Amino acid sequence: MHKLLLLATVGAVALIAGGSTAQTNITVAIQLEPPNLDPTGGAAQAIDSVLYSNVFEGLTRFDGDGAVVPGVAKNWDISNDGTIYTFNLHSNVMFHDGTSMDAEDVKFSLDRARSDDSTNAQKGLFAGITDVTVVDSATVKVTLDQPNGSFLFNMAWGDAVIVAPESIENIASNPIGTGAFEFSDWVQGDRLELVRNDAYWGTHAALETATFRFISDPTAAFAAVMAEDVDVFVGFPAPENLPQFEADSRFQVLVGNTEGETILSTNNKMPPFDNLLVRKAVAHAIDRQAIIDGAMFGYGTPIGTHFAPHNPDYVDLLANSPFDPVRAKALLAEAGFPNGFTTTLKLPPPSYARRGGEIIASQLRQVGINAEISNLEWSQWLEEVFKAKDFGLSIVSHTEPMDIGIYANPEYYFQYDNADFQALMVELNATADPAGRTALLAEAQTIISEDYVNGYLFELAVATVAKAGVRGLWVNQPTAAVDLTVVSWAD
Amino acid sequence: MSRGLVIGAFLTLVFVALACVSFLWVPYDIETLQIPNKLKTPNLNHWLGTDHFGRDILSMVMMGARTSIAVALLAVGIGMAIGVPLGLFSAARRGSFLDEIIMRGNDLIFAFPSLVIAILITAVFGASAVNAIVAIGIFNIPVFARLTRAVALPLWERDFVLSARVCGKSETRISVEHIFPNIMNLMIVQGTIQFSLGILAEASLSYIGLGAQPPTASWGRMLADAQTLVSIAPHVALVPGLAILLMVLGLNLMGDGLRDRFDPRIKKNRT
Repeated sequence: MHKLLLLATVGAVALIAGGSTAQTNITVAIQLEPPNLDPTGGAAQAIDSVLYSNVFEGLTRFDGDGAVVPGVAKNWDISNDGTIYTFNLHSNVMFHDGTSMDAEDVKFSLDRARSDDSTNAQKGLFAGITDVTVVDSATVKVTLDQPNGSFLFNMAWGDAVIVAPESIENIASNPIGTGAFEFSDWVQGDRLELVRNDAYWGTHAALETATFRFISDPTAAFAAVMAEDVDVFVGFPAPENLPQFEADSRFQVLVGNTEGETILSTNNKMPPFDNLLVRKAVAHAIDRQAIIDGAMFGYGTPIGTHFAPHNPDYVDLLANSPFDPVRAKALLAEAGFPNGFTTTLKLPPPSYARRGGEIIASQLRQVGINAEISNLEWSQWLEEVFKAKDFGLSIVSHTEPMDIGIYANPEYYFQYDNADFQALMVELNATADPAGRTALLAEAQTIISEDYVNGYLFELAVATVAKAGVRGLWVNQPTAAVDLTVVSWAD
Repeated sequence: MSRGLVIGAFLTLVFVALACVSFLWVPYDIETLQIPNKLKTPNLNHWLGTDHFGRDILSMVMMGARTSIAVALLAVGIGMAIGVPLGLFSAARRGSFLDEIIMRGNDLIFAFPSLVIAILITAVFGASAVNAIVAIGIFNIPVFARLTRAVALPLWERDFVLSARVCGKSETRISVEHIFPNIMNLMIVQGTIQFSLGILAEASLSYIGLGAQPPTASWGRMLADAQTLVSIAPHVALVPGLAILLMVLGLNLMGDGLRDRFDPRIKKNRT
C-alpha cells in the first residue's frame, strides 16, 4: 500500500516536472580558477580542468581510464623504424569560429608549441619532433629524430591541443577550439560558461550549457554542495566531509585515483639534504599511513617512488623506506647529526600539504629534526620554492601523468642531479618496445627510490561529489580534466 | 565590589591559571600526534575530547591560553610603554608643535583599519607570533597616547601641579611624579579592555593562518582547523570558540568593573 502510494506520488511529481525531459544544464565547481584560458601557454592545471576535451581537442586524447584514444585524428600509421607518424584527420572538424580544422592547423599548433620562443609549459612533449609536413588537407606527417614510445601519449596532453592561427591571438581570453562545447563567458572571480557546439563533428554533448564555479575554501565547498548550489564538485577539498555525502541519498560520491604523486619535496642541493644518509633518515622517519589517515581521512595509496600505483609499470618500493624512527636516528647519527638539525618546511594551501605538514613535522621531531613550518599561498610557493629554490622541505602533489622525467632535469626545484638517471631517461624516450620500456621504467623508479630523492608519501585520491542524477562523470583523473562531453542527467 | 567584576576576574583568573599550569604540566604532549585517536568525543581520558590529529583538546586549550595571553599581554605592553610616555609628553607640551605632530600621528594610525594592517604586516614580514605581537601592539599605541593626554591635561591645571612648578620641578619630573600616579588606575582599566581586544586580534590572525605557526597551539587556529569538522565533531570547534568567548567576556566584565571603581569621572556621575 505504502509502496503504491509512493509510486503514485513520484509519478505525479514527474508529471508536474514536465514528464521525462532531463535537465540540460549543469553547474560544476572546481577548486581553482584558471589564470587564463590558453592550455598551450599556461602551466596552471585549472585551464585543462575547464577546457580539456570540452573546448579543445588534440590529435589523441585521454579517456576516463587514462587510455590514449583518437582525438581529431581518425587513425594513424607509424613507419617501421618508429620515427614517422602519419595522422589521418577527421574531415568535418570545424573550429568554433566557423573556420575548418585541417592539416595546416595541426602543423601550426605543433610548430608553435616546439618553436624556440614557445611558452608551452610542457615543451618536452614536442622535443623529438624534427618536422611536421602537410600531405593533404586531411593528412599530416610528423617526423621524430628517434623512435618515441610515448609520442601518442604526449599528443593527448592538454598542452598539445590543436589551435587555429586565425584565433590564436586572443586565445587566453577567448579560447576557440574544436570541442563539443564552445566558450561563452568568463566573469573573472565568479564563473565561466560553456554552451553546446551544435556543429560538433562527433557525438554531440547531452548538456546544453555548463557553468564552472571556483571554490577553494573547504567550508564554502561543503556549504555549496549541501545547499545544492552546484551540481558537481570535482576535486572536493575536504575528505572529512565525504562520509556525510555518502550517507545522503541526494548525492553520489566518486573516489578515484589521480596521477598526483604527493611527495615531501627535498632540496637535494641544500645541506644537509645533499647527504644521502640524511634523506634516507627522513624517509624512515615518515609514517605514511598516519599521514593518509590524518590529512586525507584515509583516502590515498602509499607510494615508495615517484610513480602512479595504478599504472601497470609501477614497482612497489615501499620496502625501501618503512616507518622506523630508530633506524632514522641511527642514520642521522651516521650522517653526523646525532642531535638532529633545523630546516624549513614550506607548505602550499591544499589540506594535504597543510595537514600533512603538521603531521610530518611532528614525525620528524621524534627523530630530532626540527622542521619549521611556514604556510604559503600558491603564488608565494611558486616564487620561493619552485623558482628561487629557497626551501629545505615542502609538500606538493605532482599531478602530471607519467612525470618521472622531471628527475632528469637538474634545474627542477628539488635539484636532483644524477647523470645515470638522465642517461636512462634518454634511453627510455628512444625505446618504443613495451617490454623494454617496462624494464627501464622499473630501473628509473628504483634509482630515485634508493637515492631517497624526495620523501614519497602517497598517491592523491580525487573525490567528486555530484547530485545523484548526474551520469558519465570521470571517476579517475588521468589528467586534469572535467570531461563534460559524455555527461548527462538521468531522467 | 560589583558582581560583573567578580565574575570577570574569576573567568580571567581561570584562564591565566590554565596558562600558568601549562608551563609545568599538561595532560598530554600536544606535539606528538596520535592519529588513530582522532576526533574522540569528551571522555574520562580526554575531558574535552581529541582533535583531528588525536591531540588532547584540553591540553591544546591550555597551551593556546598561554599563546593568547602572551601575545595580548606583550601587545598591550608595547602600546603602554610607547603610548603613555607620548601622551604625557603631549600633555606637558600641550599646544606645541610637537604635541600636534604626535597627536596627528596617532590619528593617522587610528585612521587605518587595525586588523587589515595587522594582516598586511604579518603577510609582508612572515606569519609568526612575534610579528602578530608587533602588529597588534602598534595599534595600541594611539589608544594609550590619546587617553593619557586627555586625562593628563586637566591635571596640569590643578593646584598640586602648580605647587610642584613653584618648587621648580621640570615638566618631565612633574609628569612622572605627579601626573602619572594620578592616571595609573585609568591605564589599568584601559589595559584590561585592550587586553581583551588583543586576545581577539590574536585569535583572528591565527584563524587566517597569520598568527603563531604550528606546532604552537593557538585558539584561532584550532577554530580554523575545526571548520570543516563542525558537522562531524562539533566539540572540536565548540571548545576553542568557548575559550575565546569566555576569556574575552571575563576581561570585558573585569574592565567594566574596574572602570566603575577607578574612573573618577564615572564615580562623580554615580554619586
